[in-house]
Amino acid sequence: MLRPLLRQGCKWGQILKQGNNLVSGVGRRQMSALVIAEHNNETLNPITLNAVTAATQCDADVHVLVLGESGVSSVAEQAAAVSGVAKVLAAEDPAFQGFLPESLQPAIIAAQNGGNYGHILAGASSFGKSLLPRIAASLDVSAISDIIAVMGEDTFTRLIYAGNAVLTLKSLDPVKVITVRGTAFHAAPSSGGSASIESLDIPDCRSSTSEFVNQELIASDRPELAAAKIVVAGGRGLKDAENFSKIMEPLADKLGAAIGASRAAVDAGFCPNDMQIGQTGKIVAPELYIAVGISGAIQHLAGMKDSKTIVAINKDPEAPIFQVADYGLVADLFKAVPELVEKL
Amino acid sequence: MSLRVLVGVKRVIDYAVKIRVKPDKSGVVVDGVKHSLNPFDEIAVEEAVRLKEQKLVQEIIAISCGPIQSQESIRTALAMGADRGIHVEIPPENPFTFQPLHVAKVLAKIVEKEKIDLVVLGKQAIDDDSNQTAQMTAALLKWPQGAFASKVQVEDGKLKILREIDGGLETVTVKLPAVISADLRLNEPRYATLPNIMKAKKKKIDKIPVNDLGIDLKARMQVLSIADPPERKGGGKVEDVDQLVGKLKEAGHL
Repeated sequence: MLRPLLRQGCKWGQILKQGNNLVSGVGRRQMSALVIAEHNNETLNPITLNAVTAATQCDADVHVLVLGESGVSSVAEQAAAVSGVAKVLAAEDPAFQGFLPESLQPAIIAAQNGGNYGHILAGASSFGKSLLPRIAASLDVSAISDIIAVMGEDTFTRLIYAGNAVLTLKSLDPVKVITVRGTAFHAAPSSGGSASIESLDIPDCRSSTSEFVNQELIASDRPELAAAKIVVAGGRGLKDAENFSKIMEPLADKLGAAIGASRAAVDAGFCPNDMQIGQTGKIVAPELYIAVGISGAIQHLAGMKDSKTIVAINKDPEAPIFQVADYGLVADLFKAVPELVEKL
Repeated sequence: MSLRVLVGVKRVIDYAVKIRVKPDKSGVVVDGVKHSLNPFDEIAVEEAVRLKEQKLVQEIIAISCGPIQSQESIRTALAMGADRGIHVEIPPENPFTFQPLHVAKVLAKIVEKEKIDLVVLGKQAIDDDSNQTAQMTAALLKWPQGAFASKVQVEDGKLKILREIDGGLETVTVKLPAVISADLRLNEPRYATLPNIMKAKKKKIDKIPVNDLGIDLKARMQVLSIADPPERKGGGKVEDVDQLVGKLKEAGHL
């Protein structure tokens, strides 16, 4: 009964709830859930909206914490407009430059001491993954990584073994510190909310031990990989960096798609690291995923097998990618992809 | 500089094995299944050995928490160039209730005991996929962290760390002592040669029962079930590009 649901593009929570019939309802207590906003000093990162949805499933009363070196009032207003958010806490301080976990930690602990939150959540991005385990340990609780569903206020599911098993766990800790897989939860509507904004009193947050130097972000006009509706991904079959751009870019342009890659393509230097999809890279679940010259190793499938429709173009008919592809084309990608671009 | 380095190593089911979930949903089948050193930990060991080769490191201690078989992972690290090992013995119960928080507490204890300056860990274990232990260890020690490192340089007594982040790369500097976690691209781990494997057999591994460390081992979670994910089956093949375009149009993707 699970497969038809997956086909309809249902999110994991619904699938698991219907499949296991585990949950009868979410308990309500006098606690709230705190979502740590991810932003770039200008705009709220979309994964925060997915984290808000997960938070509303943990607790009806959701607060969002916005910490940054600048632009905090604008980001706080964006957070206050998000549907389902009851309150926004904000603090601006030069100490938050680069969003170092060492400097965010004292501010988050201050928020926790003030709000006695039952849940602290963030998106399972590199920001959330780096920060939340540090927060959890400083509160002497376990962290719960990359959840795909909230089954109850203390019960969550997450994937283990590169997505090859689903762990349902009951947390026994007083505070649940959680990172949220963005693709497993709908984004909360970014308008319709009218939360109050309060400034948070923070201690001295300057880190004496760590310092942010710089970021080199790869500029791109394409949609963000993790949030794109269509993803085209290239693998080792593209042979070199020149082919990678020559074959993949026209296809992405035609479809308005983001470009991803297998680990093999990244390791061989065809494209930058941040394009890697898989267990150790990004997790995507677009409407349409087109895998070009990708064999489909377990680690790659971990990052894309929740895509709604999967297309594989590969010359090896035995490639494991064909076992998950809705439409498989056994063909030489150097002929098939340009032909596909032409016919689109 | 003569740093004392602690490297964490975990024995996991080999990355190429297709795991099987037990029919009673209590876990995955591990008996008779090929295990090896967690790939990220291999990278962590390699980085420590390279720092030693640059004469920045005095001693590398490889540590593993787990049942007796965990010593295989320590031996691998010793064969790659670690100097000695510590095996923290954990009763072979459900491995998922001995969590990253517990491992971090063990590591923090050993750091104090062995006067460690730098902890190098893999960014995640490929079995529980938690990606927590390094960050937690840093928090418990109140040390700075360099998570997801793809390049580590020692400069003016500090570590300059290139980190892999969403959208690109980031550079941070951290003062020692510190904890770093290795991303895939930090280095290419060496193969242990036969002479080094033989030499590793003579290197010392201290055994410490986890209960001797005086840390709180209470379970922080209960495993309700470990199940197969919803199965996804391929929809078959198309003949040519025209048919593919037709199918995508039919499905409303174009």
